[in-house]
This record gives sequence, structure tokens and C-alpha cells, in this order.
Amino acid sequence: MGILVNDKDVVVPGEILAEGMDFVPSGDVFRDGEKLVSGRWGLVSVSGRILKLIPLSGKYVPKRNDLVIGTIENVGISGWRIDIGCAFSASLLLRDATQEFIERGADLSKFYDVGDYVMCQIVKTSGPKIIDVSMKGPGLRKLGPGKLLKVAPAKVPRIIGKQGSMISMIKEMTDCKISVGQNGIIWLVGEDPKKELTAVDAINLIERESHISGLTDKVKELLEKRK
Amino acid sequence: MNILKKHLYNTFDKGFREDGRKFDETREIFIEYGISSRSAEGSARVKIGETEVVAGVKFGIGSPFPDKPGEGSIVVNAELLPLASPDYDSGPPSIDSIEISRVVDRAIRESKCINMKSLCVKSGESVWLIFIDIYPINNSGNIFDAAALASLAALKDAKFPSLKDGVVDYKSRTKKGIGIVDYPISCTVRKIGSHLFVDPNVNEDLYSDARLTASFTSKNMLCSLQKGGNVSVTSDELFTMLELAKKTAQNYRKVFGK
Repeated sequence: MGILVNDKDVVVPGEILAEGMDFVPSGDVFRDGEKLVSGRWGLVSVSGRILKLIPLSGKYVPKRNDLVIGTIENVGISGWRIDIGCAFSASLLLRDATQEFIERGADLSKFYDVGDYVMCQIVKTSGPKIIDVSMKGPGLRKLGPGKLLKVAPAKVPRIIGKQGSMISMIKEMTDCKISVGQNGIIWLVGEDPKKELTAVDAINLIERESHISGLTDKVKELLEKRK
Repeated sequence: MNILKKHLYNTFDKGFREDGRKFDETREIFIEYGISSRSAEGSARVKIGETEVVAGVKFGIGSPFPDKPGEGSIVVNAELLPLASPDYDSGPPSIDSIEISRVVDRAIRESKCINMKSLCVKSGESVWLIFIDIYPINNSGNIFDAAALASLAALKDAKFPSLKDGVVDYKSRTKKGIGIVDYPISCTVRKIGSHLFVDPNVNEDLYSDARLTASFTSKNMLCSLQKGGNVSVTSDELFTMLELAKKTAQNYRKVFGK
């Protein structure tokens, strides 16, 4: 009886983390009778009596106010459908698309066409199928030429760092413009392709070793070595 | 133009490639022989960077073509499995898979590296057929070169099965190989804008304007060509591409051996 794992242990789905009623499940941990079972592959986080998981993989689950990068997959008569990398596409309605006045019957592909990449914000998620996004807000825009990286959405908080410290460090040391979507899509562009490559390597390093401590120092070391 | 393609163009215009390689630089090549020796008479795995292709060789007995009664034949088939790339679908062969198998087939056939007459069992009645099956396991670009190298490696590894009274006994294998004397090495050169380069990664593969696959014998004799992509190449570019392909094929040959 009691807890069967340690803090920061890597567990797989179905693994029993604790027995008895002493602990409370949270996040991706669920209760099965007397047992607390892991629902995903991730790191155990024990805080007091609460047992939760920090997932190491998984698809993006949309949340309100998340900034995401998506690609326009369809232009309709009253808006656009955007693929944001989750099970269902998001819709961008005319009223949320632009500050400009759009005439009735205007060709919407002039604003955003199929294949364009946009940085947008989720404004509404009602039920699993309805996801509304907006393009009105600071930093929300159609993305220009750049490189796109796809990382596991679970690793995005590590890439951004505490109050954006990690991503700011990468931006500063590589002179790259980087936009990180909560859905795991990262857009980056730099004047110097070599520095751009360094930024890509740094992001890949974070994704690969996000669960290992001392990551900030490792990333800093890599960036300084390649400067 | 797609932003990724535009960015790729910009990077090339600055004289760089996405992954920092030079235009004539290939990724690391790794060849493993006999990966499935129980089920195939010859097999090999080729890795070019993260691209991975396996190829298998099976022997069968069949009837010769009426116009070539004393010659065996080869049949090349490539299957683009969905496990290799999200762009590949299961189902009937796609145009891409047919093209890969045709390009590999042409290099082997036109270089005349296999003596088809040596595959004859009884003239006009039965001959050996060599089936070469190509399966990409991971597509990280340059599937053409990886498929061609894997096929040659599988042919190099292949040993004839026993033949008793016209029936093939796949359980017992002879020590006789196909006896290829000169392996034709293929190399694909890509064009983006006015830039020519070899061994593309997956983005370069996707957004290149044109490609040219050429195969060369060990004496640098050109034995097959295939041009792909929607953009034309000038005659000067064609000769530069051939030179680049020849140089890269020599590097491939160093890894592949003679």
C-alpha cells in the first residue's frame, strides 16, 4: 500500500503508481478502484498527496487562449478551416480574421490562401469538434518564409522555458526570429543559415533531453560553442 | 510560393543548405548485408543519413520471353509503405513507386551487369527470374539512391537456391552467386533555382524543381538516365549534373565496394 514510484520516474500507460486512498490523481493519472494508474508515457510528479504526470509525448489538445501555428486547409464562403495539428481542424471566422473591411462576396483567398501558415489564437473550444481561432491580437499574423519544426506538444513548455527564458536565450544568441506554437509547430528564420541551424539543433536538444536536469546549461553550452 | 519552399530558395541563394552540408556533400552511408537471410536469397539494408531502405532478392523459375529463349530476366518492384513517410499511402502502386522501380531496373538492365544468358536453365523452356523487392523503411530524402544501392547490395548478397528436377528447393542454398562483375552505381542530382546538389533531405526532395538520376559503371561509363520534375534543365546544367553525379557515384562506390 502507498506510493510505488518516485518523483520524476518515467512511467508507461497502465503502470500502477500508488495503491490505497492516500493519494489523489490529477492530470493524466486515473483511479481504478484502490489503484492509481498512469494514463500516458511521462514523468511522475508528486506534490503532497497529489500524483500527476508530465507527459513525454502525445497529440495536441486545444485549450482556450493557446497560441498555435496552423496551415490553411480550406477557404470557405464565410471563413477558413485551419489545420492546427489536432484531431479536428479549427475554424477562422471572418470577424476574427482581419481588422480590414471585407466586402460581401470578396475573394477570401486574397487574405489567407490554402497552404499559408498562420500564427493564431484559440478563442473558443466547445466540445471536441468546435475550435474557433482568431487572428486579432499582438503577434498573430500570416507567417513569411521560414523553417518549420515539429516537436512534441508536451515539450513546448520546456522549449519556451520559465517566463520565456529558454527561447529568449536561443533568439538572442542566434539572431533568429522564432515563433513557438503550443501545438508543437515552431517557425523560425534567421539572416545567417549557420545560426539558423544552431537554433534548430538547440531546439532538437531540448526536445530530446527535456526530462533531464541541467538542460539550460547544456543549451547554453551548445549555443556558445557554435557562436 | 509555399513559405517553406521560399525559405529553401533563400537559403540556397546564400550558398547554404538547410542542414549545413555543402552542395556536393552526402550524408553518411551505411550498408548491411544479409538482413533477412532466411526468407530471401539476398537482402540488404542501406541507410543514407536517416533514410533507410531494405531490399530483398528472390529467385524463381519461369518461362523465357519468346524473343529471348535463352535468357533469364529481372523484375524490380518498389513499395512505398506508409510507415516510411506520411506522404505514402497504402493501396495500388503509386507513380512514385513505379518510377523508383523503373529507374533501378534500368540501371541494372542497361549496364548489362547481369549476364542474362547465365540465368538460362533450359533454352526456350525454363530460366531463372530474379525478383528484386524494395521497401523504404524511412524516407528522409534521396530514396532513389538508397533504393538503387540497396538493390545492388541485395544482388551482391544473393545465392542461388538448389534446383532439383525443375523445382526450386528454397530450404537449401548453393554457394553460387549471381556473378556480377561491375555494379552500376546510381546518383541523383537535384536542382533548386539555379543550384545543383546531391543527396537531398526530405524538404529538398519535396521542393526541388528538377532531378536527374544517372548511373555509372566502375569505368565511369554512363548507363542510364532519368529526368524528373517539372522544370527543364539547360544543356550546360545537364553536363554539370552529370559531372556531379559521376563524382558522387564514385564516393558511393567507395562505400559499396567493387
